Amino acid sequence: MSDSRSGLTVSLWRGAQQGRYETYKVPLRENQTVLDVVTFVQRHLDPTLSYRFACRVGMCGSCAMTVNGRPRWTCRTHVSSVAKSGRLEIGPLQNLPVIKDLAADMRPFFEKWQQAKGAFVPSHTRNDDIVPIRPDSAARVAADAAIECINCGICYAACDTVRWNSDYLGPAALNRAWTLVNDERDSATTERLQAVAASGGCHACHSHQSCQELCPQRLNPTASIAALKRRTMWAYLKGEI
Amino acid sequence: MNVRLYVWQRLTAAVMVPLVLVHVALIFYATRKGLTAAGILGRTRGSLAWASFYGAFVITVAVHAGIGVRSVLAEWSPLNERNAGILASAFAVLLLVLGLRAVAAVVLA
Amino acid sequence: MTARGLSHRSSVLWIAALVHRLSGLALAMFLPVHFLTLGLAIQGEAPLESFLRWSDQPLVKLAESGLVFLLVVHMLGGLRVLVIENLAWRDGQKELATLAAGLSAVIAFVLLARMF
Repeated sequence: MSDSRSGLTVSLWRGAQQGRYETYKVPLRENQTVLDVVTFVQRHLDPTLSYRFACRVGMCGSCAMTVNGRPRWTCRTHVSSVAKSGRLEIGPLQNLPVIKDLAADMRPFFEKWQQAKGAFVPSHTRNDDIVPIRPDSAARVAADAAIECINCGICYAACDTVRWNSDYLGPAALNRAWTLVNDERDSATTERLQAVAASGGCHACHSHQSCQELCPQRLNPTASIAALKRRTMWAYLKGEI
Repeated sequence: MNVRLYVWQRLTAAVMVPLVLVHVALIFYATRKGLTAAGILGRTRGSLAWASFYGAFVITVAVHAGIGVRSVLAEWSPLNERNAGILASAFAVLLLVLGLRAVAAVVLA
Repeated sequence: MTARGLSHRSSVLWIAALVHRLSGLALAMFLPVHFLTLGLAIQGEAPLESFLRWSDQPLVKLAESGLVFLLVVHMLGGLRVLVIENLAWRDGQKELATLAAGLSAVIAFVLLARMF
């Protein structure tokens, strides 16, 4: 059994969809993040380990992994807050194909982003006047509350409806669709509402709320999705979609 | 689940809230009074009110349970969404038939 | 890749959603039996009466109050969903969910007490 003062016992997923957890001993330091631990393994113990990171300071979302059963940003997770009796189990993000080891394939996540019409469609050209948007208008306040998503995939990895329903677009894509529905400059509202009102859209959400509990940006996809449910319901009843 | 099924699911749910409250109150009343078949049928036989109440309850629960079961089958069983829908519809029809039969059984002489 | 030890499933709201789904399934399976029982009245009063006498047993009464618990907890869980989906976002949902479960248990227990 490991003594947490002498080091950490770290199990890392090795392989792809098939694989196994391999165990490494890592020195325990003060002020150590989970990303520091993974980096130590790759640099000093096993250079064949694959993992993903970029900014290391909680801005890019690239380092998201499953840590002791919970998706987190590893650069912003202190070992002291998660390592129970000196043990860590780290795997790639759930609900996504595994490329190798700790790196998940984000392509399905972004494909669903597109399917939800999560891209801005302009209604003006550079030759038109700028559209004045009041920052305190109700629509802009609603959009701003949900706009800070950096596509880290944690909500998608945590969502059991994503796990159970392969058609489900997921919390991040739907949250983004909601911000665009509230953007007065966007011209694709009807198509977007149709996209999120279809099978696998916002109505598949069961309000488990794992997304809003785990979002490191403190966003609330459950609330955005609930708003989309209301919006699409009225659009449907009025015959607009 | 899409917007059409969602609307029916939530609508039948809302309609059933008062129906369930009355039904549970009825259960409390009946257990205090002591349940006998004569006691029940004496009240329900020939009653348009009971027929309407429980008829409405049966129809809304058949729709609501059918859509609910559909979601569960699509998510928790190997069935794809289309087949889950077919099986769930069959279940809804079963509830409708058995339920309306039961209403008829206690209302019609 | 196994989904083992997923800690979000210990959240009160996740458990509330699971209870809602499982109670719905249980009620859905119970309903055909319930309807068939009531349908006994087609054959007249006697078959229904003999079923009611059979159901006087303590274990059956326990099951019946269990069913009432499932019905009430399913309805309260559904109201929770309707509130999230149709009213402004509110805090304190975990407390409300726990309260709803407790209320359902109390109602079912009171019913059980009345039956004995």
